[in-house]
Amino acid sequence: MQTLNQALFIFFAALAVASAILMVTRRNIVHGAVFLITTLLSTAGIFLLLQAEFLFIVQIILYVGGIMVLFVFVIMLVNLDVSMRQVQFNRQWFVAGALALVLAAQFLFAVWTVRKPGVLRLPAIATEISPKNTEAVADALFSHYMLPFEIASILLLVAMIGAVVMAKRRVE
Amino acid sequence: MIPVDYYLFLSLALFTIGVIGVLTRRNVIIMLMSIELILNAVNINLMVFSRLWGTVDGQVFAIFIITDAAAEAAVGLGIILAFFHNRETVLADEMDIMKW
Repeated sequence: MQTLNQALFIFFAALAVASAILMVTRRNIVHGAVFLITTLLSTAGIFLLLQAEFLFIVQIILYVGGIMVLFVFVIMLVNLDVSMRQVQFNRQWFVAGALALVLAAQFLFAVWTVRKPGVLRLPAIATEISPKNTEAVADALFSHYMLPFEIASILLLVAMIGAVVMAKRRVE
Repeated sequence: MIPVDYYLFLSLALFTIGVIGVLTRRNVIIMLMSIELILNAVNINLMVFSRLWGTVDGQVFAIFIITDAAAEAAVGLGIILAFFHNRETVLADEMDIMKW
């Protein structure tokens, strides 16, 4: 059980990081979108390892099934052949590398000053799969987080109107 | 059990790759996809701490982040389509109408 868990974690983590790197570096945008889908699916696997079953299925349905289909649609609508022959990277490698180093250093500093790494471990997984996760999420969402939930619905409405207005062809 | 740090390192790696993608790519669609990657890395963190403390608050936050990502993708791709109709390009450094 223990080793299987660790093997699964290493598999999903390696898959996520490798396809994220490929996503950022590929020339063809469609390949990039497919690699991003792989990353999102392996993140869904990580969620399942963390016993967040509801988020696991939300990740697959909403991210992979909704958002990425939207991305692929737009990639098909814009002209792919022209942009593939152009230079893919701008000259900001120094800024990007410096920012990445600063982020990593900040993170490591935060981890090392709080405690030695590896001490804080997750509680052991219950042997039987708990059926309560979706119920607990719904409880929290509709009682304590009711107002943010309504605000999120208004945000979605605004985004929908904005997307329709933006993508509409203007008739002169 | 797997230490929490492993998950945090995974999240940091994905976040950093996303930041590098936003800053170095010229294609706006890839930049938007890198932003999705960043939001995803944040979700992993929320999920780990939700599991560590045994509450579902982190998962609720993650739901809000996914909602936000959907809204951002819809509006961003709408803007990209509108811009492509006007200027026939999806490269970020050619979007310089308001620059002087």
